[in-house]
Amino acid sequence: MKQIKNWFKQYYLFLFFSLALLIGIEGLVRKEVVPNFIIPAPTGVIQTIVENWDSLLVKHLSATMLEFIIGFSIAVVGGVALSISMFFSKTIEQVLYPAIVVSQMIPIIVLSPIFILWFGYSIWSKVAVTVLICFFSIVVSTYDGFKSCDREYIDLLRSMGATKLQIFKKLHIPMCLPSFFTGFKMAIVYALVGATIGEWLGASQGLGYYSRRMSGNLNAEGVFAAITILTIVGILLFALASWLEKRLINKWKIEN
Amino acid sequence: MSLILKNVSYSFTNENDQKNHVISNLNMEVQTGEFVSLIGKSGTGKSTVLKLITGLLKENHGQILINNQEVSLGDVGYMPQKDLLLPWRTIIDNIMIASEFQKDLHISKEDARKWLDRVGLLKYENALPKQLSGGMRQRASFLRALFTGKDVLLLDEPFGALDALTKREMQTWLLSIWQDLNKTIIFITHDLEEAAYLSDRILLLHQNKTLEEIKVELPRPRKLGMIHSKEMVSLRQELEKKISNEANKKLV
Repeated sequence: MKQIKNWFKQYYLFLFFSLALLIGIEGLVRKEVVPNFIIPAPTGVIQTIVENWDSLLVKHLSATMLEFIIGFSIAVVGGVALSISMFFSKTIEQVLYPAIVVSQMIPIIVLSPIFILWFGYSIWSKVAVTVLICFFSIVVSTYDGFKSCDREYIDLLRSMGATKLQIFKKLHIPMCLPSFFTGFKMAIVYALVGATIGEWLGASQGLGYYSRRMSGNLNAEGVFAAITILTIVGILLFALASWLEKRLINKWKIEN
Repeated sequence: MSLILKNVSYSFTNENDQKNHVISNLNMEVQTGEFVSLIGKSGTGKSTVLKLITGLLKENHGQILINNQEVSLGDVGYMPQKDLLLPWRTIIDNIMIASEFQKDLHISKEDARKWLDRVGLLKYENALPKQLSGGMRQRASFLRALFTGKDVLLLDEPFGALDALTKREMQTWLLSIWQDLNKTIIFITHDLEEAAYLSDRILLLHQNKTLEEIKVELPRPRKLGMIHSKEMVSLRQELEKKISNEANKKLV
């Protein structure tokens, strides 16, 4: 109860502002100052979500989520594996790390038509865009986390006769977690963006596909309904990642 | 003889391809159960000597023996200046960490608790390091070095970062524990009073890489009052002179 009170204390201005904005838009649309194919009335959006509950949530959201889950999992597992291999092998690091840094400068979205070319309209083209868009933040944050470990800690454990593998397990992995989660939280939101963009390029289901189709029909309420759902899912995913972070490291994390 | 350094030299080549001689032909002997302080100006290689004894650095020439065996990593207990307690581990898990790396080392939680009680940290057994004060962390860090189970403990300026009062407390505390254990302690410090108060012998590392030995002829057990005794004051003056002479030579 106290937590909710504190939370409200911190964000009441923001909540008030949002509410006022929504009411303002509602009023402008109802008075027909703004046509509702430009900005729909918030109540209209809610109505669209309620009316199309089955198709929006069961069909389209679950399709997007499936792409997201497969893509994000591949990015996390692959990204962490690559970071570990770069950490243990100087050669792998020297070959791949510059490539990874350079690849960050490519606007990744422009590569996505290639995946349509390779994987067609199957789920894998969407998964590929998702992986590509969040892979690098996982790799860079994890690898930097491994490297950030203080030399003095390593020397201390070495002086006790610890092997490199033991030092990795007892020191580098826990030390890496704060940096890893910075990347993880960013990646979890990027991954949802990736899945949606993948659907824009070519799909027969999913919220990205749905919003694009509605946009083609000049159905602003439909577009905003999809955006609203994606926003809520994005916030929930970020909250989930933050909760996980808190569970694992916040107890000891040194706050600067 | 607990620890012997025979003609030990250590040098490294820097990025300009110049050889840097940090230690040359160092000879040193420490008896079992002896408390020896290593002092000297910055840059005379005190910490390098410690790193060589731990095995973190490998000497270019000479030999380092502990109980007549050539040293390697894991042969001594090492306590660094910073406490370096792992922030995600509880105090008891921190002090028992060495037993996770050494199969033949058996320390029970009971032993650990007994010691925590002795140093006044039992109620912090399951606390995280950030909940402890600087002095408490150093005590935990000392127990961690002690729980390596080794005969030789190397303490690298362990109280350097503490305030004067806490430092004095910690010195008395360290002496009381050392007297009950048959451990050999090599102690690095910048504080001449600390060196004189704690040690049996003081080894002064000169800038010309030679080592000078100064015996501390004060009775054991040491009492805090001795700090102001005549012997202690003259010893400190002597040490200070030896070190500041060096500074003058350098200026000329």
